[in-house]
Amino acid sequence: MERLNETIDRLGGVYLLPLAVAVLAFVLIGAPSSWATLTVAGLAMGMMIFLMASGLSLVFGLMDVLNFGHSAFISLGAFISASVLAAMGGWLGAESVLLNAAALLVAFGAAMLFGLVAGWFFETVIIKPVYADHLRQILITMGALIVVEELILAIWGGTPFSVGRPAFLEGAFVIGDITIEIYRAFAFALGLLAYAALYFVLNRTRLGLLIRAGVENREMVEALGFRIDRLFIGVFMVGSALAALGGAMWAGYETLITPHLGADMMIVVFIVVIIGGLGSVQGTLLGAILVGLMSNYVGFLAPKLSLASNMLLMMAILLWRPNGLKPAVK
Amino acid sequence: MTQKPSLIIKLAVLAIAAALLFWPFLFQDVRSIQVAARICVFIVLVASYDLLIGYTGIVSFAHVMFFGFGSYGSAIALDQMGPGWLPVGLGALAGVALSLVIAVAIGLLSLRVKAIFFAMITLATASVALVLASQLSGLTGGEDGITYKAPDLFKPATKLWLNAEGKVAQLWGVRLNGKLAAYYFVFLSSLMLFVVMLRLVGSPIGTVLKAIRENEARAEAIGYRVVAYRTFVFCIAAVVASLAGSVYAVWLKYTGPETALSFDIMIDILLMVVIGGMGTMWGAVIGATLLVLAQYYLRDLMGAAAEALSGLPLLPEILSPDRWLLWLGIVFILLVYFFPKGIVGTLSAKGAR
Repeated sequence: MERLNETIDRLGGVYLLPLAVAVLAFVLIGAPSSWATLTVAGLAMGMMIFLMASGLSLVFGLMDVLNFGHSAFISLGAFISASVLAAMGGWLGAESVLLNAAALLVAFGAAMLFGLVAGWFFETVIIKPVYADHLRQILITMGALIVVEELILAIWGGTPFSVGRPAFLEGAFVIGDITIEIYRAFAFALGLLAYAALYFVLNRTRLGLLIRAGVENREMVEALGFRIDRLFIGVFMVGSALAALGGAMWAGYETLITPHLGADMMIVVFIVVIIGGLGSVQGTLLGAILVGLMSNYVGFLAPKLSLASNMLLMMAILLWRPNGLKPAVK
Repeated sequence: MTQKPSLIIKLAVLAIAAALLFWPFLFQDVRSIQVAARICVFIVLVASYDLLIGYTGIVSFAHVMFFGFGSYGSAIALDQMGPGWLPVGLGALAGVALSLVIAVAIGLLSLRVKAIFFAMITLATASVALVLASQLSGLTGGEDGITYKAPDLFKPATKLWLNAEGKVAQLWGVRLNGKLAAYYFVFLSSLMLFVVMLRLVGSPIGTVLKAIRENEARAEAIGYRVVAYRTFVFCIAAVVASLAGSVYAVWLKYTGPETALSFDIMIDILLMVVIGGMGTMWGAVIGATLLVLAQYYLRDLMGAAAEALSGLPLLPEILSPDRWLLWLGIVFILLVYFFPKGIVGTLSAKGAR
C-alpha cells in the first residue's frame, strides 16, 4: 500500500485525478468519439470556470477575504461583452477574420477593463471597512451581490439576452469521427494562456514571489516592509478582471444569457474552490478541470444527476481531504 | 454583546405579541391576516436562524432548505393522502427527519473547518436542493408547486361556534369560522416554538454557545466539545425551521419553490436577523415584523412612486416594485456597516449607558 502511494505521488499525486476520471468515463461511455467530444467540452468548461474561480481563491489566500459577491463580476463581464458584441454587429458579421477578432478583442477588453474598475471600487468601498471580520464580510459581500444582480435586471431586463459569436469561431472541425466545436477549443486555449500567464507571474517574477509569500505568511511579509494591502488591491482587481473575462467567454459559450448566470456559476465556482483548496492557483485549476469533466460526463451518462454530481464530488473530496486537494493556506 | 433588552424593546415586543394575538379582530381583510400569519412564521424562522448566526457565530445559507423540507413534507403528504391531521403530522415528521439527517451530515462534515467553508458548503447544498425540487416534478410539482387542501377544521366554511339561529357565531363582529382557527393554529404553534427557543437560549447550553462564539479555542480548552455543540445547535435550528415550514404549508395550502425554497427567502431571513439585531431573540421578533410589513405595504408605495415618475428616464425602472430587492440590498449593506448590532442591539446599548 505504501509503495503504491509513493508511486502515485511520484507520478503527480492528486494531479492524476482528472486523468483517472477521464479513463473511468472512457470505460463507462464506450464510444471513443463521444468520449473525445465530451472531454474537450469538459476541458473547455474547466478552463472557463478556472478563470472565474482563480481570483476568488487568490484573494482568500492573500487576505483571508472571501468575496461572496465574486459572481457579480462574472455576470457583469458576460453582459458587458455581450452588449459590446451586439453594438459591433457590423464587425462581427464582416467577412474578414481580422475584423471579427478585433470585435471579440474589444468585447473581452471592455469586460476586463470593467472588471478592473469594479474590482477596485468593490475592494476600497465595500470590503476594506470589514477586513478581519468574517461574519460581516459574508453579509456585506452578499448584500453587494444582491444590489449588482438587481442593477443588471434593471439595465438589461429579465429576458434572455442573445450573444453574438464571431463568424470564425462558429461551427466545428471534424477529425475522423470526432467533432470538436471551434469555440470550445478556443476557450480551452485562451484559458490555458491565462493560466500560463498567471503561473509565470506567480512563479517567475518578484511580484509573484511577494504574493506567494503573502499567502503563506502575511504578517512576516508586512514586517519585512512590503505594503501588502496595495498588493492586495492589485490581486483583487486582476482577480475580478479574470472573473469578468471568464464570464464573457461563458456568455459566448452559452450564446443565451440571463441575469441568473452569475448566481448559477457561483455555486460551481464555490465547489471548485473548495475542492481545489483555498488560496492555490494549481488547486483551483485541478478542481475546475475535475468539475468540468465530471459535469460533462455525468450530463451524458445520467443527465438528472449532473448538478448533484458536483456536490457528491465535493463531499467525497472533503471527506478525504478536509482542506481541499492542494490547499495553500496553512 | 449580550445585554439586557431595554424597556423600549420589551414594550415593542409586547406590543407586537398583543397585536398578533388580536390581529383577526383588529383587521379583517384577507390580506392583513395573510401578513400576520407570515409574521408569525417568520419570527420563528428568523429566531431559529439567530440561534446559528447570532448565538453561535455559524453562517449557514441552508436554513431555507430546512424550511422547505418541512413545507414539502406536509405538502406532499396532504397532496397524496388527502386532507386530515395524520398527513400533516406524518409530513412534518418526515420533514424533521430529513432535516435532521442532512443537518447532521453537513455538521459533522464541515463544522470542524473554517466558518467560511461552512457558509460555502451550505450555499452549495441549498442550491442543489432547490434544483432537485424543481426536477423531481412528479413528487414536488416542479416549478408550479403543489396546491392541496388543509384539514377540515381550517376550511372557511367550518363553523366553530353556532349561535341561537344555527349560524356562525360572531365575536366582536368577527365570524368564528375555520379561517380563524387556522390563524390561531399558526399563532400558537409559532408561539410554542419561540418559547422553546427562548428557553434553550436561557439554559446553560445557551451560555456555552455564546462562549463558543466569543472564543472558540477557550471554550474548547475549558472542556466543551465545540464541534458537538455546533452540530447540536445546527440540528435544533434545522428542526425548528422545518416545523415552521410545515405550519406555513398548512396555512398557505400551497407549496412551491417560490414560497418554500427560493434563495429570496434566505435573503429575507438574513435581512430580518441583521435589521432586528443578531444575538437576541427579541431582535428576531422586531426584524421579522418590520420586514414583512415593509414587504407588503412598502411595495405598494414604490409602485405608486414609479408611476408618478413615469416620465423620467431610468428612475421609474429603479423604483418599480420589482426592484424592491435592490433597495433592500442597499439598506442591508448600510446596516451592516453602521448598525451591525441591529435595532435591538443599538437601542439596548444606548439604554445601558
